[in-house]
Amino acid sequence: MDLTLTPEMARFRDEVRAFLQAHRSEYDAGQPKDVLAWQRLLIDNGYAARTIPKAYGGYGAEPDILKSRIITEEFIRADAPRGIANQGVSMLVPTLLEVGSEEQKKQWIGPTLRGEVIWCQGYSEPGAGSDLASLQTKAIEAGDDFLISGQKIWTSTAHQADMIFCLVRTEPDAPKHEGISYILFPMTTPGIEVRPLTTMTGHAEFNEVFFTDVRVPKANVVGGRGRGWFVANTTLKHERGMLGDPNATEARLNALIELMKTETVGGERIIDNPLFRDRLMQLQARVFAMKFNGMRLLTAAQTGEGAGLAGLVVKLQGCELNHQIAALAIDALGELGILYHDGPHLRARGNWQRNYMFDLGLIIGGGTAQIQKNIISERGLGMPREPSPAKA
Amino acid sequence: MRFALSEDQKMLQASVGKAIADLAPLDRVRRYAEGKETIAADIWAGLSDLGLPGLMIPEAHGGLGLGLLEAAVAAEALGGAVAPTPFLGSAVLAPLALTLGGTPEQQARWLPKLASGEATAGVCIAEAVAGARDGAGVVAKDGRLEGFCLFGLDAQDADLLVVADRDGKLWLAERPAETAVMSSIDETRRLSEVIFAGTPAEPLASNEALTRLRDAAWVVLAAEMLGAGQTMLEKAVAYAKERKQFGRVIGSFQAVKHLCAEMAAELEPARALVWYAAYAFDHAPEEASLMAAHAKAHLSEIGRFVARTSTEVHGGIGMTDLLGLHYWFKRLGQNRQLLGGPEKVREYAARVQGLAA
Ligand SMILES: Cc1cc2nc3c(=O)[nH]c(=O)nc-3n(C[C@H](O)[C@H](O)[C@H](O)COP(=O)(O)OP(=O)(O)OC[C@H]3O[C@@H](n4cnc5c(N)ncnc54)[C@H](O)[C@@H]3O)c2cc1C
Repeated sequence: MDLTLTPEMARFRDEVRAFLQAHRSEYDAGQPKDVLAWQRLLIDNGYAARTIPKAYGGYGAEPDILKSRIITEEFIRADAPRGIANQGVSMLVPTLLEVGSEEQKKQWIGPTLRGEVIWCQGYSEPGAGSDLASLQTKAIEAGDDFLISGQKIWTSTAHQADMIFCLVRTEPDAPKHEGISYILFPMTTPGIEVRPLTTMTGHAEFNEVFFTDVRVPKANVVGGRGRGWFVANTTLKHERGMLGDPNATEARLNALIELMKTETVGGERIIDNPLFRDRLMQLQARVFAMKFNGMRLLTAAQTGEGAGLAGLVVKLQGCELNHQIAALAIDALGELGILYHDGPHLRARGNWQRNYMFDLGLIIGGGTAQIQKNIISERGLGMPREPSPAKA
Repeated sequence: MRFALSEDQKMLQASVGKAIADLAPLDRVRRYAEGKETIAADIWAGLSDLGLPGLMIPEAHGGLGLGLLEAAVAAEALGGAVAPTPFLGSAVLAPLALTLGGTPEQQARWLPKLASGEATAGVCIAEAVAGARDGAGVVAKDGRLEGFCLFGLDAQDADLLVVADRDGKLWLAERPAETAVMSSIDETRRLSEVIFAGTPAEPLASNEALTRLRDAAWVVLAAEMLGAGQTMLEKAVAYAKERKQFGRVIGSFQAVKHLCAEMAAELEPARALVWYAAYAFDHAPEEASLMAAHAKAHLSEIGRFVARTSTEVHGGIGMTDLLGLHYWFKRLGQNRQLLGGPEKVREYAARVQGLAA
């Protein structure tokens, strides 16, 4: 174990600090004033899309896990926004890098990174949630095109999206995991209807999406026809990592500590209440454990060793932890924690309340807690799979 | 940056694990716990071949001169076997006290003997760290100790004692008037009541020594809990793959798999926390106390969860004496309370960050 910084790394840390200092006026409390301009600035300086080749619109640096960690730490310390991390950037881009054609990479990665193209992820269907491979949306051959019909659900940001990466069944007679293709198409294609679904947060974060004979060129398939299950799993791996990101959790814990130090009830600071303080300390230990677990994962990636269980538990633990942090914030706020809509007594623009509700969704999305436990016990502990039901 | 055990550390872990499995298999642990054997000196002697007693003792005094991270790695292996050894008191805390606060003469007199395993040392700091119970406490007058300490670690049969007095000052005492075993739920680690009646003692010089001792003790107790918890998880998984009910192994039932997954999900990140706490003790002094406190409290919490859950996975047999699973359950229970339960330790974690008065 050696966590000391070489002089080169110490210099790099100073560089990141100087950058954030110089651009302090371009963001506020974790929010960039101009999202697209900020994103361009980050890419140009290598603080976003760092290791993505220049040819595809990235910064083109050699992968260096330590530098990435230094960037993350300094951005958290400065409460600076990390740049765009939507589903396109976090999931589609790494997928294209791994399995996309040269043309697909050239066409989509750059604009996606710069935030010019917004994507949505069309996986889940009303009858295919956890059992995703049973999806029914069908793609019928029509010359060089497919005609796509069916329904997707829970599609985040479909109402804002320019494009969709979508799972469709191209081989109806193949076994369920082998008949799926991963395909890209514009949300403006005729035959697509998006209906917002309002969630408990009061916002329409996701949608139902209906397809009726949507014409999409066969060339838009990523990673080969019938290989969609494999391609989607590549994406899901990235989604799980993103959903349990301990750095984001640490930033939230820091905000909670600030809240508890500044809020008072009956003249007493919340942090001075031993019960609340004890809950805070319990969560802090968990946040540290996840943070250091993340450092183990970085090292494992660096040395090419498998991360094993340490990697499999991230989504389950990380999402639960986020929810508990929000829950403590609500309890600490007490009656103020039940306010939600704008008003003189609302704190942090209602972010804690929104997190408390929305984080519940993240425990479900990207593979539910139960599905994560199946993965941990089967792949991590080598326990038997559920016997499949006898064929009727 | 490399956040992983080094090859040497992995080798230490494996060799301690292997040695302790040979020296203290469950039936040996059982005989000791049942009082059928009062001394486990042969186990300690066996571990001396690996240099374990001198792990943290400087090479100049015959030890290996390693750090707390290595001690934590060893403690994890020892906790995994619920082995009766004086590791915490004799190999970690007393050597630390001597290296931090001992005079050259005291060091030369004791460290080589402790390193070879020829002498053992006990530590009485419970009152100074976690508060006095039942009127316990020691006062020093004219180089002599009066009073008594509770929950002495490895103090029984020890040749040397490190004792904190009522003011938190540390003393070296050679021959206590009397030590009495405090029978506890976990008889694999005996705790002692140590009574002083004009016992000659020499003061240790360092004022920080007690803080360092406490931090080291918290990390080592946490590492033991990690090892004990890991064993309980492994035993549960192995049992679930064998035991059949309803015509299939119980490990194929999702309810059982999920219990095991939850144990693993708690233990895995906790491993990183223990490593970091030990690393901070050795290399990042400004974080050492906070991380030690968090490691101790967090491992106490998840240790209790794993102890309960593994027992539940075993069904009725987990409750019996037959498998001996309860020895791990009890070690986890003991470590949770020793030198401060989780609430107490978390209050301290808040204090070192300036979040509590
Ligand atoms: C906020 C949010 C955003 C989302 N965004 C998107 C998106 O952008 N694109 C997209 O395609 N999808 C998205 N999803 C969908 C998400 O992937 C699914 O909700 C999720 O996979 C679960 O499917 P389901 O909702 O149908 O629940 P179900 O699969 O019906 O599960 C219901 C309950 O049954 C349990 N269960 C199911 N199967 C098993 C099993 N084998 N073992 C044990 N328990 C089981 C589940 O754990 C859960 O508790 C989003 C969901 C949320 C909440």
